[in-house]
Order: sequence, then C-alpha cells, then structure tokens
Amino acid sequence: MGRTRILEALGRLYVGLLLAFLYVPILIMALMSFNASPFYQLPFDWTTTWYSDLAGNGRIIGATWNSVRIAVLTTLVATVLGTAASLALFRYEFRGKQLLKALLFPPIAVPWLITGTAMLIFFFGIGIGRGLHAILLGHVALALPYVIVVVSARLQTFSPELEEAARSLGASQWQVTRRVTLPWIMPGIIAGALFAFAVSFDQFVVSYFLSAPGEATLPVEIYAAIRKGFTPEINAVSTVIIAVSMGLMLLTARFFRFGGEK
Amino acid sequence: MAEVHVRDVSRSFGEHKALDRISIDFPDGGFYGLLGPSGSGKTTLLRLIAGFDFPSRGSISIGGESVERVPVERRRIGMMFQNYALFPNMSVADNVAFGLSVRGDSKSSIAAEVERVLDLVQLKGLGGRRPHQLSGGQRQRVALARAIVTKPRVLLLDEPLSALDKALRVDMQIELKRIQREIGITTIFVTHDQEEALTMSDRIGILRDGRLVQEGPPEEIYDRPGSEFAATFLGDANILRGKRCESGISLAGGAQILAGNGTGGPAEGDAICAVRPERISIAAAGSLPPSGRNALQGRVVRRVFAGNSSTYFVERDGQVLKVLVQNRDGERLAEGQDVWLSWSPESTVMIGSP
Repeated sequence: MGRTRILEALGRLYVGLLLAFLYVPILIMALMSFNASPFYQLPFDWTTTWYSDLAGNGRIIGATWNSVRIAVLTTLVATVLGTAASLALFRYEFRGKQLLKALLFPPIAVPWLITGTAMLIFFFGIGIGRGLHAILLGHVALALPYVIVVVSARLQTFSPELEEAARSLGASQWQVTRRVTLPWIMPGIIAGALFAFAVSFDQFVVSYFLSAPGEATLPVEIYAAIRKGFTPEINAVSTVIIAVSMGLMLLTARFFRFGGEK
Repeated sequence: MAEVHVRDVSRSFGEHKALDRISIDFPDGGFYGLLGPSGSGKTTLLRLIAGFDFPSRGSISIGGESVERVPVERRRIGMMFQNYALFPNMSVADNVAFGLSVRGDSKSSIAAEVERVLDLVQLKGLGGRRPHQLSGGQRQRVALARAIVTKPRVLLLDEPLSALDKALRVDMQIELKRIQREIGITTIFVTHDQEEALTMSDRIGILRDGRLVQEGPPEEIYDRPGSEFAATFLGDANILRGKRCESGISLAGGAQILAGNGTGGPAEGDAICAVRPERISIAAAGSLPPSGRNALQGRVVRRVFAGNSSTYFVERDGQVLKVLVQNRDGERLAEGQDVWLSWSPESTVMIGSP
C-alpha cells in the first residue's frame, strides 16, 4: 500500500513538473506583455501600452496579414492536395506506392534549416526566387506530409466495403467520395487542415530564407525586431500568436482523437 | 428480373488462377448457393458478377445483356456484404434511400419506396435510427432493404449471415428466403456453411481451387455426390475404398459392398463409394445382420451424445466409420461393444473421382 502511494505521488510530481516547464515560461511572457516595465521588472504594473503600440506598428501588422494570408492559402492548398493524395494511396495499388509513402516522412524529420536552405537554392536556380509566392510554395510543401499522414490515419478506420456498397447501389466515383468517404474522414481532414495552418503560421526558418526584403511574415518580422533591440511589443505579439496557435491545437485535439473512433 | 450466365470465365492474379473456366447458368428468380472452402474462388466469382472485378477471359451476362466490361455502378445489381457495410454517417432511412437518391429520384417517391421496403423487412418505424443503434439482425435487414429498394436485376449475397450468432442466423435464413420469394429476385449467395447452402438454395454449385466441382439441386448433390470432395464437403460421409466389382466394390477384407446409386466410378481397379452417417443402422453384434443390405462388423470406439441424436464412431479394419442415430427409446450401445453396421445399396454412392 505504502509503495503505491509513493509511486502515485511521484507520478503526480512528474506530471506537475512537466506542465510547469511547458507552460510557466509562456505564462510569464504573457503576463509581462501586460507589465509596464520593459525590463521584466516587478512589481507587476498592469498596462496595455504594448498592445496599443503593437496596433500602431505598421510593419508588424503588415507581416501579420502576410502570415495569415499565407497560412490560409497553405491550408487550403495542402488540405485539398493532401486529402486527394491520401485517397489515392488508400484506394489504388500502383508501382512505387510503398516508396512514395516512405518518402512522406523525411520532410517531417529533416531540419527546417536544411529544407529552407535547399529550397532557397532550388528556387533561385529555377527562377522562382524569393518572396511571398516562394514562401507559400515552401509552406505547402512542408504542410503536405502532415495532412497526408493525418488523413491517412483516419482512412485506416474506413472500411473499403462502404465504397463498394455505394458503388453497387449505382453511385459514381464522385458520389461515393462526396457522400460516403468524405463525411467519414472529415474529422481527419479538419485536423490535417489545422496542422497545415499551424505549420505555416508558426514557420520561421523556411520563411526567413525565402522572404524578400520588405515582404516578411510575422515570425520573420519579430526576429528582425529583436535583433534591433528587444521591446515588450514582442511579448504582446507573441502572446497573440500563442493564443491563436493554442486555440487551433485545442481544436485539433477536439477533432483528431489520435486515431480514436466515434 | 433476370437470369445470369457465366461462360468459361477465368480470373488470374499473376500466376495464381483464382477461377478456371467456370460456366454456370443462374436461373431467373432462383436462389443459387455458391459453396466452397476459403480460397475456392467463390467470392472472386461473386465479385466478377457484381462488377467489382473483371474476368481475365470468358463472358458474363445479366438478363441477356453482356456485362463483363460494365462497371458495378451501371450493372443494376444489389449486394449484401459480410459486415453489412451500412453507411455509419447516415440514418437507416438514408442508408436505404441511398441508391434511389444517387440516381436522382424525387424526394416523395424515395420516401414512399423506403417506407415500403422497410415494411417488407419488418423494420417499420426504425428509419430514424443510426446503424450503431441497431442489433445485428436489424442491421442485416437494413442491408437487405438497401440492396433491394432499387429493384436490381440480381441480388448478390456475400456470406451475409456469417456475422450473426447461430439462433439468429436460422431466423434470418428463413426471413431472407421469404423476402426473396416474395419479390422473386434472382439471388446468388456465397457461403462456406454447407448447412446454410442446403437450407436456402434451389441450386448449389460447389467450387474448389477455382473450378466448379459439381452443380445441381441440393438434394441431388447430397444424394449423389460426384466426388469424394463433394461428398465430404457437403454433409458428412463415410468413404469406403476397395476394388471395383460388378455391382459395387469389394473391400480389402473380402466384404462386398453393393452400390445402388451413382453412375460414376471406374469400370475396374481401385474404386471408392460413400455412405452418409444417418443412412447406417447400428445393432449389437449378437443378432444376425439384416439380409439384402450391406453389412459390416465393427466395434464402437466412441459415442458422442448430442441431445436428440448420437454419433457412434465404429472401428472396422483400421477405419473409423461414423453413424448418426436419432435418440429414441431403444437400447444405447456402449463404447467397446461389437456391432453390426448395415445400410441399403441405394444409400451407397459410387464415386467417380477423388
């Protein structure tokens, strides 16, 4: 009895520490974005100055809009392409399918620094160059594997017999997809879309390499701002980003129950 | 409705011949059972008829129309799947309505048809439920309703009862047969359960290794199996081996077995015949064997009691024969007892091939 108690207490301590290390720094930053002292000095003195400064900072606002636009476009393109690819991998047998599936994973594992460098060199080489369009291309490429992995996981719970049943009832390929398959994998598609959005919106490294001067995304702009000198505006904008990202991730968790059913 | 003809159909997967020159006529309005062990090609054949797959060679026609290159969605068939394959995101009514709705019927006619068919399968009032809220038997009925509501030319059933427990399965067999008769639809039924094939089918085709072994009405196949495989796969059979003699076979010990049934078998040399366990009478060895019947002496090695019947395992010259006896008032024989086994020549089937 005594031993299990101790183990249980240790377990709680472990979880507590884990959560603390994850969330306390974020919490402090969020709090400091409301603190009047620009140097993290206490006592805490409530202010929203930094947020109003932020609102007046054209560069950061512009970069935020760039980020949002790219993230939304990336989400749309990567989700549509990724879902189509998942369906193809699920339905058809073709030469090189296993290789193709295996090739989906390295882009997730390869450091973004390397991916970014490689894309920069490649895009210059073939004349795409730098700029928001290059960032969009890069983000779609980065997000695609996430969408495919998530949607494919959901498809694993889908019985091919359902498509056959629909076809036997006279449904065309498109009717089968729209009325039977897509409704079933919709939670996976939504989860994949949220992943794609997060990958794009939070992306710094690849965006940094591919951005043209004057056309930065928000993370790139923040980095540039920090280099010039830290201002609590950064705390403020970071808090906004964290709020958005965490909101998205919580939504993801809501829709994508790690392969769970129902 | 329609009759279905399969002519010289083969289907190969690489080197493997899943079906080898199969020809079967499925009569209009009939209930045809395709029976065979797993890997015999029965499901492959059903999928070819459905149009999920296409034959490597040969032709298939439904209602006189050649369909071997027509995809499933344009064949106007109805199919029931092993695990029902109900659409989980739709209500019972929407499941049943699916086939009507994809071909663009009007809302009002769909509603009327759905109601009519749900009534036919005795699921009136359950249209609003979701598949997961139904019992196995109810799901079965929904799957049937969905398959027949479009008035297909042929109904294909892929082991549709195998997911049900025994008691429910027997109920559903009767029910399925009733509905099939009522709408008079040509039905092709795949099963590995020989009892199910016997009870439900008007005709049975036995498949083995991609070939059609035997075909005919259930009673004919049961009474006159054409091969050892057919004899032992459809029902239980005792196989006796010996040398061909004029009216039957002579066993190794010299005993003669008269075979009054079956035309198969070689004219001379090694030959086999089959006897069903329920055709054999068993009696204590003290009495004389009845005349005019085949008789063999043996010893009971085991008796298995199954309530209304018992199976005796009787050893004779190294071979164990099965005898199925209805449990009536009479004496029960003990293990170790010497017995006479006897049966009529008409119950003895000469068999052509192994």
